[in-house]
Amino acid sequence: MENFSEPENKFDNILPENTRKTFVPQVKISREIKPAPSRYRNEIAKYIIRRSNDDCIQCGKCENVCPYDVHVLKPGYKYFAAAQSHLCKGPVCEKTDHYCVALCPQGALRMVENPMMKALGDYRWTADMILATWRMATTGDIPSDDFGFDYQCGNSGGGFDRLRFKFPDKPPVALSEDDIDIGIELNRRNDGRLRIRIDVPWYGGGMSFGSVSNVTQLAKVRGAAAWNTFSCTGEGGYMERMKPYDDYMITQVATGLFGVREETIQRVPIVEFKYAQGAKPGLGGHLLGDKNTPAVARMREAVVGIPLFSPFPFHSVYSIEDHMKHIDWIKHINRRVLVSTKVSTPTDVDMVAVGSCAAGTHIIHLDGAYGGTGAAPDIAKKNIAMPIEYAIPKVHDFLTSEGVREKVTLMASGGVRTAHDVAKSIALGADGVVIGTAELVALECVRCGRCESGRGCPRGIATTDTELAAKMNVEWATQRIINLYNAWRKELIGILQRFGMRRITELRGRTDLLIHLDYSHDGAQKT
Amino acid sequence: MPEKYHINTTSIPPRLPRIGKHGVVDWREDCARCHNCVKKACVYDRHRQETEYIRHLKDVDSLFFDCMGCFSCVQDCTKGLLCLTINPVYEQLGNSYWTPDIILSTWLQAETGKVPVSGAGYKGRFSGPGFDSMWTDMSEIVRPTRDGIHGREYISTSVDLGRKPTVLSFDGKNLVNVSPPLLSMPLPLIIDKKPKGYNLPKLEPIFVETAARTDLITIIDADQWPLENIDEDRQLPHVAFFLRPDSPGVPKEVLRKTRLVEIADHDGVTTRMKKLKDIHPEIVVAVRLKLDSQGVERAVALAQEEDLEVIHVVADLNGNEIGAEKPRFIKDMLRQIHTTLIEIGKRDEVTIMAGGGIALAEHMAKAIICGADLVTTNLPFMIALECHLCESCETGFSCPAKLEHVPFDYSVGRMTNLASAWHLQLIEVMGAMGMREVRRLRGDVGRAMFFEELEEQTFGKLFGTRK
Repeated sequence: MENFSEPENKFDNILPENTRKTFVPQVKISREIKPAPSRYRNEIAKYIIRRSNDDCIQCGKCENVCPYDVHVLKPGYKYFAAAQSHLCKGPVCEKTDHYCVALCPQGALRMVENPMMKALGDYRWTADMILATWRMATTGDIPSDDFGFDYQCGNSGGGFDRLRFKFPDKPPVALSEDDIDIGIELNRRNDGRLRIRIDVPWYGGGMSFGSVSNVTQLAKVRGAAAWNTFSCTGEGGYMERMKPYDDYMITQVATGLFGVREETIQRVPIVEFKYAQGAKPGLGGHLLGDKNTPAVARMREAVVGIPLFSPFPFHSVYSIEDHMKHIDWIKHINRRVLVSTKVSTPTDVDMVAVGSCAAGTHIIHLDGAYGGTGAAPDIAKKNIAMPIEYAIPKVHDFLTSEGVREKVTLMASGGVRTAHDVAKSIALGADGVVIGTAELVALECVRCGRCESGRGCPRGIATTDTELAAKMNVEWATQRIINLYNAWRKELIGILQRFGMRRITELRGRTDLLIHLDYSHDGAQKT
Repeated sequence: MPEKYHINTTSIPPRLPRIGKHGVVDWREDCARCHNCVKKACVYDRHRQETEYIRHLKDVDSLFFDCMGCFSCVQDCTKGLLCLTINPVYEQLGNSYWTPDIILSTWLQAETGKVPVSGAGYKGRFSGPGFDSMWTDMSEIVRPTRDGIHGREYISTSVDLGRKPTVLSFDGKNLVNVSPPLLSMPLPLIIDKKPKGYNLPKLEPIFVETAARTDLITIIDADQWPLENIDEDRQLPHVAFFLRPDSPGVPKEVLRKTRLVEIADHDGVTTRMKKLKDIHPEIVVAVRLKLDSQGVERAVALAQEEDLEVIHVVADLNGNEIGAEKPRFIKDMLRQIHTTLIEIGKRDEVTIMAGGGIALAEHMAKAIICGADLVTTNLPFMIALECHLCESCETGFSCPAKLEHVPFDYSVGRMTNLASAWHLQLIEVMGAMGMREVRRLRGDVGRAMFFEELEEQTFGKLFGTRK
């Protein structure tokens, strides 16, 4: 192990002349938080207000007492419009002096839990979690407890959903928001390549043009640009419209090599080798024929309408030495670039990680079994490879025991849904995380799972159908992602404040700050 | 390149109205007739289809169509009248083991013959009992073999049934020991006989034809002989008759046309086997053994019987130990049988078939990893015919899937599609593992990860004892 920990050849003296850093003027995106309300007429609410039109006398009392604008009687209208139930705080209101149901002189109002909550979400992404994420994307803030969203954990019964933080009774030191730094470094090798620091401990995962619309891709990278982090092209080419954000792009090289050209590798600060992905570990990529529209086919230099496979595995890589050859290839094409290696989580993921580290990767990206945003065989999603909660400590511990942990950045993905999952991932040993589904949920994905069929996503997110993609515009989508990031940042800062930590890096590997609800914590911990 | 095993499929839609997971409820009395839901919001055009359906309604089977659950119409309805719910009919499907999701997935596979695909990641529980407490492995940069999914056409799903001699003896250049008969199957799957508790019409001809078309084998109770309209030369090689201890069996000339026969476990197993071999020396004989409290020990004991070829261990329909208060699951019992047989040096001599609780293609792979050579199952093939597993037939109520009027071609086609989908899914997981042959998967627990072990390795050392 001693050789590769030495600094590589210093490229400082030859950069950037022999590197075609992007010549495209880069666009700055404001980090400003602005409301980005739902694009749908009826927002889904946890609690709904039902009005009996037979009993209501339109006295306006409810409108006057409600501080949340749930009740709207539009000027010139005789009857109340449908209640803005998504603004309603629910049962919390019952104890206040502005509880509309109690104050209605006619008893015309009722508050009930929305029966649709049962139909929304699933074990991993509960309805509360989806609604809370929507709220964050709308406001840029953490949802008030008053909404009653139980969103910090899912209901899967294991992993992150059974882990909790063990907060001290009161913070050891009082820290303000400005005292806390949640940024992380991505290059730890001291190899003369770019020193990249992102302002939040996450970046956006790879979603190709084809798997998602160009609006989605653009919104993702614009959100990343606003927060000085990254988004990934996935393996589907590099759209012209993304070039003004080159400095915030990761481009992906996978086995299909769709859209991979020297030029695309040279223009970005990070290139990601995708060996496997959590959605379908060991199965490669697969874009169904219906989604291979003329625009997608042009981007991927393929034939319209045929399914496009990015077959597993790289047949040029059968060993760590072959992997090193791949990394060298990228590093010589772009002498400033950082290399990320995206792998899934087999039983020997620790060996893969240490091997990749030896091969010279800057970032090891572990994509756990339960992740993924795109279409995948159900049998693969459920059964192949281990969940990320097991893989993070396994890899972190092994890299540490091999003495190379500080040479590589460990990013985790595959089921990271909330800021609390981010913090738990870091406490388990990751430096940061890669997110995907959370961004799509911010764009009002309901996780119906129809990304693969026919024209694709009925919500206009994971589609290449121009009519469906037009359901979103870039500015709105960008703002939703900026807002989500801000809410997550606030949550992370809140967690660090309670621990009295000034930097997110202090949380890394602090498993002593976690408790697991299924364990006795009886002091029988093994070393 | 040698001919590869392939099952021809064709799309066979359901006979009855689809039962989806979601349903949209609307209150038409307040509807503004704006048609947002029909013309704009629903990209699947479901509202229009529903209207058409109701217009031509003959039976009130189900008013819920195949709503995709995207909430678009709910959120775009001008008056906010629509509400998405979980279809109550969907919730009533199956039971706690054979969940509605399993039934829906099986219906889809039976219709299309394809691997079910969906987006948005995994939605289920972190882990669960039974087969849900294990994950199959995948190969990353370093692989056990050099054939990933790119070489899927080279992945063999063939298995052999029969006794395998441990050594060959030669007299000079001549082989002197007689090799027992060996039966080769293109897929580690046997269609088991119809389960008890389902008072169904005669489905045996359908099972037999499906087995013939897919080159598989189906187990048929010998009491069902003679079978209607059977093409003996074509179909009997795909039938394995099950003989009870007191069963007279089937005519000798019929038995001679089969390749596998199954006898119930009893004290006279060896004698019965010899009698069958006397009639048809080339037949492979399996012994069907209930996995009750004595099942594991009995399987190990049987494996030590001279000349015993195949042991068919069968748990209950949910994969549980039969008759136990705290039952073990079949995967754990299989691991115990497999490792014990290895320890006594008998594992390679006998074939283990495992049945009970095999509900999905992934269970086939997982049971093999736990030590079975191949699996047997029956309920998924009944589900393929739109069975709800409601067990109404047991109590004499009418069958909601109308299985008493099930068309022959439709039934065989749906079952064939299901077999094909399972075959393709087995290849998927083997491709991910980098495995070339399903024979090599047997008992290879290194190609799997178990919940208990991962928890212990990961969280046990951090948080103490698991409650």
